[in-house]
Amino acid sequence: MGRITLDKITKKFGDVEVIPPLDLTINDGEFVVFVGPSGCGKSTLLRLIAGLEDVSGGEIRIDGSDATMVPPAKRGLAMVFQSYALYPHMTVRKNIAFPLRMAGMDPAEQDRRITAAADVLNLTDYLDRRPGQLSGGQRQRVAIGRAIVREPAAFLFDEPLSNLDAALRVGMRLEISELHKRLKTTMIYVTHDQVEAMTMADKIVVLRAGHIEQVGSPLELYRAPRNLFVAGFIGSPKMNLIDGPAAAPYQCKTIGIRPEHIAVSAESGDWKGTVGVSEHLGSDTFFHVKCDDISEPLTVRVGGEVDVHYGDTIWLRPDAAQIHRFDDAGLRIA
Amino acid sequence: MATKASRSAARIMMAPAVVLLLGWMLVPLLMTLWFSFRNYLPLRGGDLGWAGFDNYVRFVSSSAFWPSIQATLVIVGSVLVITLVFGILLALLLDQPMWGQGIVRILVIAPFFVMPTVSALVWKNMFMDPVNGLFAHLWRFFGADPISWLSDASMPSIVMIVSWQWLPFATLILLTAVQSLDGEQLEAAEMDGATKLKRFYFIILPHLGRAITIVILIQTIFLLAIFAEIFVTTGGAFGTRTLSYLIFQRVLESQNIGLGSAGGVYAIILANIVAIFLMRIVGKNLDN
Repeated sequence: MGRITLDKITKKFGDVEVIPPLDLTINDGEFVVFVGPSGCGKSTLLRLIAGLEDVSGGEIRIDGSDATMVPPAKRGLAMVFQSYALYPHMTVRKNIAFPLRMAGMDPAEQDRRITAAADVLNLTDYLDRRPGQLSGGQRQRVAIGRAIVREPAAFLFDEPLSNLDAALRVGMRLEISELHKRLKTTMIYVTHDQVEAMTMADKIVVLRAGHIEQVGSPLELYRAPRNLFVAGFIGSPKMNLIDGPAAAPYQCKTIGIRPEHIAVSAESGDWKGTVGVSEHLGSDTFFHVKCDDISEPLTVRVGGEVDVHYGDTIWLRPDAAQIHRFDDAGLRIA
Repeated sequence: MATKASRSAARIMMAPAVVLLLGWMLVPLLMTLWFSFRNYLPLRGGDLGWAGFDNYVRFVSSSAFWPSIQATLVIVGSVLVITLVFGILLALLLDQPMWGQGIVRILVIAPFFVMPTVSALVWKNMFMDPVNGLFAHLWRFFGADPISWLSDASMPSIVMIVSWQWLPFATLILLTAVQSLDGEQLEAAEMDGATKLKRFYFIILPHLGRAITIVILIQTIFLLAIFAEIFVTTGGAFGTRTLSYLIFQRVLESQNIGLGSAGGVYAIILANIVAIFLMRIVGKNLDN
């Protein structure tokens, strides 16, 4: 079981309020991702849940019982750190065994759990090596292994993939998702990378300056961002946010249109523009188009390879059904 | 980029330094060896010719020899234990964030900058003097009889003085090691259910292994040759005569250079035995 409830928790460092009163419920078995720009308080929030920081106010409940003042070791949560935090002087086996040894578990049971975890994580051949002899991805798996053997109520991940190279990151992303499907344990995952959030989460929590901007499934956030911040943060490349005369026909302050919802034509359309830099990815092509009555260049996605060059004049037509409208306060107009 | 030309140029340029250092070491060593086989009594006729192994036999068969080895090892061992235990505790303490951290750290390092002769004199006259010393006043304040430290508790006194001098060194090295420990490792251990004591034993202490090795090696080298503290306090009396002090007495007080040189050769052997043991025990810490 791993149902975690945050009830009006706050965190102050000195006079600075990092987390204003915040409510959040994380259901048992959910994969929740905290996402937000650097310094938004997402890691602090995770550390509050872990118990590594004390809350300044409010209550944390784990499976219904008050855990606010419970020391980290007694909360039944396991954490995977950004630096992996492996113990360099111990072998992989001893690293994974450490929490079990601290709990005074019977050695036979320890062995059984280590073998099982090593099997799941493909670490069986490396059990007698030291962390220094492993690659980044393997170290990451050891850190996860150390968390798994405890059979915790929930896993906490603090930017676990940010030290890996791009290819490995995609692989580990899949492995962690796979692990979640298999273990069905609550996982809380902190990242600044919205791609990780979109691909892994059951529920995304978008944070800015300690505030929750929106909570929802990846597609809810993609389809109906509650405000300009979420609209700009979720989606890659970013949503085009357009102010001024181009937004006027839609009776709002700002309109947002994603790059994949703009059609390109050589002859006719709503907005006329000049092609700037184009990025060819093979499967997609992204154009940066400077339109006549829109101040910011627009990003446009076209599937496949397209024969359009720097300086060409093209016409753009946004898909009217996919236009997001925002009012003066930056909130979504339904 | 080390090309063949630059490597040989480097060798030529290093040569003067290497030759100088080698000479600096070899000349005294060879002279000591030479004198140790001579009957050399500067005030009683000078160099009186070949002595064979007489000096070696006389030095070892003297009743002062084994006690001096024992005194040397006791001082080295006790100071090592005291400086390491208190050094680790102080390093952990100084690593805590506190007000006036910079000043406190400088104050802790300060004793290391006091010359051995000076600090031994300060201890002897200000603290350990049985009439006017601070300890004597303290003892009398509590109604006890003052201890004449340097005669009644000579060994503990010397160990205390030398530990006081070397504690800052140990603390400094250990503090830098403590500071280099990744905080996330401690947090991970905390989440894994390790209590404060277990975190110290399983995480901090292994992390300090290399620093502890360095402290042991360097301090042993210097403590084997400790001299000034004994010279200005007990003058080698009351069981505080170490091997190096015994050699000093043979050469200067007995004016027997041959005998002293033989003692010097024994000192080299002792230092090497200690070094081999140390490298065996702690040297493997330096590898990984």
